[in-house]
Amino acid sequence: MSSLVATLEGVGFWATGLPSWDAARDYVATGVRPENPPQRPSPQLLAPNERRRAPESVAVALEVALAACAAAGRDPKTLPSVFASTHGDLGITHYMCTTLSDDAASISPTRFHNSVHNAAAGYWTIGAGCVEPTTAVSSYDASFAQGLIEAMVQLQAGAPAVLLVAFDAASDGPLSAVSNSEGLLGGAMVLSNTPRHDAPQLRLTLVDGHARQPKGALADLLGGNAMAPMLPLFQALAGGQDLLALYAGPERKLRVEIAHA
Amino acid sequence: MSPIAIRAYTATTALGRGRAAQAEALRARRGGLRLNDFGPATLATWIGRVDGLETAALPPALARWECRNNRLAWLALQQDDMLDEVAAVRERYGAERVALVLGTSTASIGATEEAYADLRTDAAGDQYFPPELQRSIVHTPHSLGDFVREATGLRGPCVTVATACSSSAKVFAQAARLIHAGVVDAALVGGVDTLCGSVLYGFNALGLVSTQVCRPFDAARDGLSLGEAGGFAVLERARDGRGLQLRGYGESSDAHHMSTPHPEGLGARLAMRDALARAGIDAADVGYLNLHGTATPANDAVEARAVDVLFPATLHASSTKGWTGHTLGAAGIVESVFAMIALEDGDLPGTLNSEDVDAACGAQIRFENARAELRYAMNNSFGFGGNNASLVFGRAA
Repeated sequence: MSSLVATLEGVGFWATGLPSWDAARDYVATGVRPENPPQRPSPQLLAPNERRRAPESVAVALEVALAACAAAGRDPKTLPSVFASTHGDLGITHYMCTTLSDDAASISPTRFHNSVHNAAAGYWTIGAGCVEPTTAVSSYDASFAQGLIEAMVQLQAGAPAVLLVAFDAASDGPLSAVSNSEGLLGGAMVLSNTPRHDAPQLRLTLVDGHARQPKGALADLLGGNAMAPMLPLFQALAGGQDLLALYAGPERKLRVEIAHA
Repeated sequence: MSPIAIRAYTATTALGRGRAAQAEALRARRGGLRLNDFGPATLATWIGRVDGLETAALPPALARWECRNNRLAWLALQQDDMLDEVAAVRERYGAERVALVLGTSTASIGATEEAYADLRTDAAGDQYFPPELQRSIVHTPHSLGDFVREATGLRGPCVTVATACSSSAKVFAQAARLIHAGVVDAALVGGVDTLCGSVLYGFNALGLVSTQVCRPFDAARDGLSLGEAGGFAVLERARDGRGLQLRGYGESSDAHHMSTPHPEGLGARLAMRDALARAGIDAADVGYLNLHGTATPANDAVEARAVDVLFPATLHASSTKGWTGHTLGAAGIVESVFAMIALEDGDLPGTLNSEDVDAACGAQIRFENARAELRYAMNNSFGFGGNNASLVFGRAA
């Protein structure tokens, strides 16, 4: 296929133990982690009461989305968005299935509408007052690569800039044995059609082949989360590497070339 | 936008299997809803259930993906020569040049529900899934996309879109972008959603389920009837002047509330306007609009108002959910198929079960069937989170 090219204007990152992109970059550079990091993000886009009540998956997605917009200097209201998650919120899936089994009529209506895969996308557009299109996708282990492709083709279709958000939360209960995910992990990027000398450029090509297991400091620390397949890109951005491959499905990989600023 | 050719399409719903069953039931005004007889059936409501799934096991080679949702996907793929149509584009362009973009709201969470209803306990007192359900792929949203990838051998981008009830309308937009960007030359799009406890009891908890057959746009409507369905379409870059085409798509967000539409239908209007603009046509050029029309008090009032703002009184607009129930993540593909049937056959469905038109409706909202030659047909699909999609279909010029 012909390559897809975009400017990476801003990055957001939050993981259990590495609660910002700065913290992640410092960790890649020095091996040092922040002391007493927060247990969950506190996304400023939500009102204080919603901030506490929001599912963890929504909290981490909104946190990294806002950070990426801030880094890019883009108003969240102006950006179409792509939300990629392997499983959505496994904790809510566990709640729904447990409650259906115990007392189906007692299902919480709020937990039900928070169970949709586009819950984070919905809270984001509501919080940001954004009427631009948003989507929520999954492609199992290839969710990040496939979300990245969709973000890039939105640029090709005429969007000046687009927000990509990827996240997964921890699994809970018996579901953990079949769909395991540990901790919270979120990554976000604002991608644009505007060439900028002070921002990296990404070039993507979908090719045959098997992407290797994520390696490096970030994967060693966060590899248990279901969104770990995104880590090679963040590792390369933090570490200055210029070529990597993302898992994009059985015997398919997304080759990413980075021209660092 | 440059048109995308639609080489084949199909749907399987409570009305039956394949295009002909849908067209015949719509024309004859024969609905598919029945009193709830799904699972423990403790909810007093009506459902659009697809017959025969219980005995329609997947072929042994696909047993890893076994679940009700993938059975319905497989059943829908058997209709209208869909697998042959997929094979034709796979051979024409190469498997890696054909994308797979499928929509679902609940994927196969029904399988996870089954596992939780039948948990085993080990010696340490920990609970675990019954052995036949210890298959990761059916407990994750991409169950559908991964199953159809395996079943069709396609190797292009493969993604499941899960934006609640707009999911399988948005697949047309995403596939069009992939084709326009040159990432692929063709795509298999579609959507499948099946009845499960999560949606029956979840929508009931929100107070959105009717105890009667749903009555879209009726003054006395009091909620939706849930249904299940699957459908597919083969899209490719338009190369010649034949057949149906996707002419435009529009997507938007309400930025209002997770489960209630924007009171003025802001997002609905933006999506419809964007779809018309991308198609390069006027609202007056549209002959049929298949509405989201869930029969909840809020959706129908807001949607009718948005339609009245945009379209002349001559438009024939209707909701077909009285026939099929609300098929959630499959509604986009099912109702796109209905719009394409109207375009090809000139049979325009009205609205089933409804008698007294809500005073909030403009003249566009029609309860009776009609016949007309159409140039363009549209479909609206709106989902939780204020996620809206609107599609315009036409004929090759």
